[in-house]
Order: sequence, then structure tokens, then C-alpha cells
Amino acid sequence: MAFQVSKSGDVTVIDVEGQLIVGNRQELKQKVLDELERGERSFVVNFSETGYIDSSGLGVLVSLSKKIREQEGELRLASLNEDLRTLFELTKLDTLFTIVDSREEALEGL
Amino acid sequence: MDQELILELPNDIRSIEHAVEYVTQHCSGCYEYARRFNLNFRVGLTEALSNAMLYGNNSDPEKRVRVEVTVAVEEVSVRVTDQGVGFDPAMVPDPTLPDNISKSGGRGIFLMKALMDEVQFNERGNSVTLVLRFEGEATA
Repeated sequence: MAFQVSKSGDVTVIDVEGQLIVGNRQELKQKVLDELERGERSFVVNFSETGYIDSSGLGVLVSLSKKIREQEGELRLASLNEDLRTLFELTKLDTLFTIVDSREEALEGL
Repeated sequence: MDQELILELPNDIRSIEHAVEYVTQHCSGCYEYARRFNLNFRVGLTEALSNAMLYGNNSDPEKRVRVEVTVAVEEVSVRVTDQGVGFDPAMVPDPTLPDNISKSGGRGIFLMKALMDEVQFNERGNSVTLVLRFEGEATA
């Protein structure tokens, strides 16, 4: 499992490879906070290579969303498969996040 | 004939992913029910282990978590037991209520109950049994 950080123009894209769970959530949080500290404000977390997410992983996304908004930035979630979307729907977090079908769609307008 | 597997895990959240994969690999037949097994079982077991380590055992590295898995023809059952004093699961608020939805924590037990067919805590509250039934969704 790993988090790959890349840039697409002014947007920071983080690809989540493997799981986003209690054992690695802090790594994702720190990577995003480091980018915020550097002045980045537009973020896409891409889940096209993600297996599953647990409640801690969902929690860290909620926490990061707040921090990014506080800095007047924006976070979008992309490429959630049907299983992952189910998790967001069950917890009603689909109402809290901007969720789009693909990385490309996420980059549009950011 | 039922298959049984017993694990004693260190109280280390970094061991959770490996433990979930190990249990998954030892569940012959589960892959016929790929959707429910890949998502529901893996996430449900991850939540149970996470709760046991972080809250039950209070992140104490000296403590351990016991995992007992039984795979039967019609279901897989996992009992996760920590060495803590236990808690009352009824005291955990609904994370989907408007006041709670933007909180970063509090979704673990909710997800377990939503994804598994049965979630039973013992009276003390330091052991939870998760059951996932193999019915109606075979994909093989």
C-alpha cells in the first residue's frame, strides 16, 4: 500500500494504492498536510487502485476535508468503485464530499 | 466440515491488514461470494480489530487480540477478543445523524453492523462476534 503524490498543473493528486485503513491513515494525512503547508490548495484523492477503506480511512478524509476548507482550498474524491461508493453512501459521507467518476473529471475546473 | 483458525495478534494496528489477508486466504469457498467477502468481510474484520487494539486494549503494546474464525458451508464467523475492560456498544452515537456526520471518528461499529449479517458483543463488551452468510450472491 502506498500513496503516490503528483501534480497536474496547480492540483495535487494523491493516488491511493491498496487499502486506506487504520494502519496507514496517518501517512496520507501527513502527505496532504505537507502539501497544504507548501501552499497547495487544490487536491484530488484518486481511488482507482484502492482495495477497501475502513472507518479510520473515512475519518481521515473528513478531517483533511475540513483542514483544506479552512485554508480555502478544495478536495475532490475520484474513481471510487461500486464497493467504495457503498461505504460513502452507508455513512452518508457522499453528502459531505465532492465525488466524481474519474481523475480527469476531478481535475476539470479545479 | 467446518474449518477453524485461531490467531493471537500483537496489539499493533500495522498488523491488521496482514491479519485480514491471512484470514481471507484461509476461507476456502469465500471467493465464490466475492463482492460480500471482498468488501463486507474485510472492512468488518478490520473494524473489529481496530476497535480491539485502539479502544479495547487502549493501544497497550503488551496486550494481545485473539481472533477465532469458523468457516461453515453457509457462513463465516469471526470472534475478536481484546484484553480490555469492555464497553457498552449501545453508548456509541449514530454517525449518520446531522450533528455527527462531519466528525472524523465514530463510524467503526456502525460499519460493522451495516456490512455484516450479525454483530454480537459479549456482556462485558470486550469480545465481538461477526457473522457473514453466504447466500444468494455467488459470483463463481
